[in-house]
Amino acid sequence: MATENKTAELTEIEQFRKDHGLSIKEERPLTTLNLGPTHPATHGIFQNILQMDGEVIVDAVPTIGYIHRAFEKIAERRPFYQITPLTDRMNYCSSPINNMGYHMTVEKLLGITVPKRAQYIRVIMMELARISDHLICNSILGVDSGAFTGFLYVMQEREHIYDIYEEVCGARLTTNMGRIGGMERDLSPKALHLIGEFLKRFPKVWAEFEKMLTRNRIFIDRTVGVGAISAERALSYGFTGPNLRATGVDYDVRVMNPYSSYDDFEFEIPVGSKGDTYDRYLVRNEEVWQSLKIIEQAYKNLPEGSYHADAPHYYLPPKQKVYTSMEALIYHFKIVMGEIDAPVGEVYHSVEGGNGELGFYLISDGGRTPYRLHFRRPCFIYYQSYTELIKGGQLADAILTLSSLNVIAGELDA
Amino acid sequence: MELTNENVLGKIISEFGEENILEPYNPDGIMTITTNRETIHDLIKYLRDDKELQISFLTTMCGIHYPGQGDKEMCVMYQLHSLRHNYRIRIKVYRPASDPVLPTMTDLYATANWMEREAFDFYGFIFTGHPNLTRILNIEEMEYHPMLKQYPLEDQTREDKINTFFGR
Repeated sequence: MATENKTAELTEIEQFRKDHGLSIKEERPLTTLNLGPTHPATHGIFQNILQMDGEVIVDAVPTIGYIHRAFEKIAERRPFYQITPLTDRMNYCSSPINNMGYHMTVEKLLGITVPKRAQYIRVIMMELARISDHLICNSILGVDSGAFTGFLYVMQEREHIYDIYEEVCGARLTTNMGRIGGMERDLSPKALHLIGEFLKRFPKVWAEFEKMLTRNRIFIDRTVGVGAISAERALSYGFTGPNLRATGVDYDVRVMNPYSSYDDFEFEIPVGSKGDTYDRYLVRNEEVWQSLKIIEQAYKNLPEGSYHADAPHYYLPPKQKVYTSMEALIYHFKIVMGEIDAPVGEVYHSVEGGNGELGFYLISDGGRTPYRLHFRRPCFIYYQSYTELIKGGQLADAILTLSSLNVIAGELDA
Repeated sequence: MELTNENVLGKIISEFGEENILEPYNPDGIMTITTNRETIHDLIKYLRDDKELQISFLTTMCGIHYPGQGDKEMCVMYQLHSLRHNYRIRIKVYRPASDPVLPTMTDLYATANWMEREAFDFYGFIFTGHPNLTRILNIEEMEYHPMLKQYPLEDQTREDKINTFFGR
């Protein structure tokens, strides 16, 4: 878009050119390149104004907020039930994790214990969501480095995951899955069948995808050493999730502060060493295998029992009872109209989202809505390091770095 | 050393004095303490650099508004995490609405940069020493800080605004 020439007069830039082995004597003009806001390679709406010296990026100024929808403000006016659909729209590649993270936060505030079966169903859905999240990120990374085939292969599997969502909650992308206190319905025989089929079919597909990219010469050349960050800088920048683990820090909320029975399952936390694009790719790949392992365990050992907690004040009664019994009708009305007051309290709950620690900080003053609800959005926190990651690299590398960070615009802007 | 709320609080109080560390309480297993503007930077630096504590990860930070509370109207909450000990702590600083000025944490944590810009954008906190304290999610031309409680959401039942395409 708008390009303008500018002479390099800043001493900071001169210093930078010197550090990166560029000539500082000749007054070569820098090019201003507008990357975004709607650029096909950024996979979301964010702008970066780049200062380019030839192909080398000297500086970048990110602008965000293009799809800011004021969720935190809206949440202060909505009853607790009506906030779940807002969380869908944060990281829309893995909405069930957001939904259930929020539900668990409210359950913590209300002091509700969820039965084992509901916890296991949640784990299955959250790990499916993680697979679909990582699958998008890694296959798009392939697309951006020139390999379209893998993307089409695995995209079909995402459709199958969405079929499972559809069977469990009725929606595909913005799921609004589950309820405060458990799931809205039990896993149907068809849903169980679909999950079983997925577990049989998916490993082959993923192995084929890995075979195509992991030892691919072109892919390795494009990604090794690109957008690298040290563990110290990553921690200072507040990295969490796969991007932090790629630097070698084994922080995972599922292990550190287990929620929803994650401590019942055997799985490993893959870590990288260099923190570059290739390591991030490898960590996500391995996490998909670990997620499959968790789903398999939860699917095989799915406990009997209720799929929701016994909390009539907060959990919608079954429709049959609403039509036939007075108490159920009253509760239904009160819950739907948001006339149920939550206790006074202050809680923080975090889950391992697709991109890292997704935290919910909720203050309740005893009213029908939260007094304050703050979302700790991992994308928002680590995207600020983007400038540092791409400085000194080439434009094509910046695109790959952005894809491998898996910045989701909805979560970035909330 | 196993970190518990008691021994962390003891260490902080012996370092900064009881007059600077106020109202410790424990709402959800995470100890929450209140401190003042003069202490907050030193406190977060101390938590980060102390060899025993190593509370060196800034998980999140946000503003809170309590209208009509005088000196305690504006609040900033910092939540820190010790990855080594898996220990979390929450620190609050209250300021009057007329003087919402605090020191920046950008020299301690790189991640504080955008968090503080967000708190400025939505609540109007001024962080002295911040390298680039501008709005982050809202437009530059905005003249108010939208998360303050005096700005209600639009009334959903208003009738003077008719949108041909989306109804209402």
